[in-house]
Amino acid sequence: MEAAAEQIPLEHFLVLSGILFSLGVYGVLARRNAVLILMSVELMLNAVSINMVAFAVYTAPSSFVGIIFAVFIITVAAAEVGLALGIILRIYRNRATANVDEVDQLKW
Amino acid sequence: MTAAQGIFYLIAAGAVLGGMGVVFVHNVVYAALFLILSLLAVAGLYILLATEFLALVQILIYAGAVTILLLFVLMLTRARDVPLALDGPQKPVAALAAATLLGVLIAMFSQTSWPRDAGQVSRVPFDVIGDALFRRWAVPFEIASLVLLVALVGAIVIARVEEGE
Repeated sequence: MEAAAEQIPLEHFLVLSGILFSLGVYGVLARRNAVLILMSVELMLNAVSINMVAFAVYTAPSSFVGIIFAVFIITVAAAEVGLALGIILRIYRNRATANVDEVDQLKW
Repeated sequence: MTAAQGIFYLIAAGAVLGGMGVVFVHNVVYAALFLILSLLAVAGLYILLATEFLALVQILIYAGAVTILLLFVLMLTRARDVPLALDGPQKPVAALAAATLLGVLIAMFSQTSWPRDAGQVSRVPFDVIGDALFRRWAVPFEIASLVLLVALVGAIVIARVEEGE
């Protein structure tokens, strides 16, 4: 199967990933619930993955380093989500809140 | 406009709609469901880019496991029961920062002339990816498994209820 990608310019993939990344940045900065911040981080990681795969397919189809990188991004994201959710559960148990602006013991 | 372009714009609209739902909607459970929509759309993009392996991994790990985990924590932290604003007072600054970033990115994307080798775009078979993962990328692969193991043990240790607590 020849990839359908040949009819779509590379820039379209890049702009799409830019939009998704900016939405993720907005979510990380504007939300105060820790789980919602984590969801926005997932959006940003996905945008980066799109970028990697698009570059791999368009510019270096024989070595596909970008595809391997995307696999590793997904792996690390899974580890990160598990760990972050454990921390959020812990904070909720100790402080009865999951909002990041209410966890300010280190602030003085 | 060809069929492939139409499919691309459909999938891209789904991905952006899902992303906007995640950051703008006021119900946390709906935000998680919008995240699933966005992740599935990204899996569709991977299929469009002829990397079926990544699409399968995306659906299995992201849309399957990660979002279920997020929904579990939403349930356990009772984020729905608290009638508080989900957004902080820094919202306008956040919107400004994100819009600036988007503007810079799009300006850069449209001004650069990207190298293009489209004549050789073809499907990457599963066995070739597996071969590369276990030969050329064997050490990073093993380190990734170690990272997963450490994260697993660490998450259990952190989230566990201790005696006398």
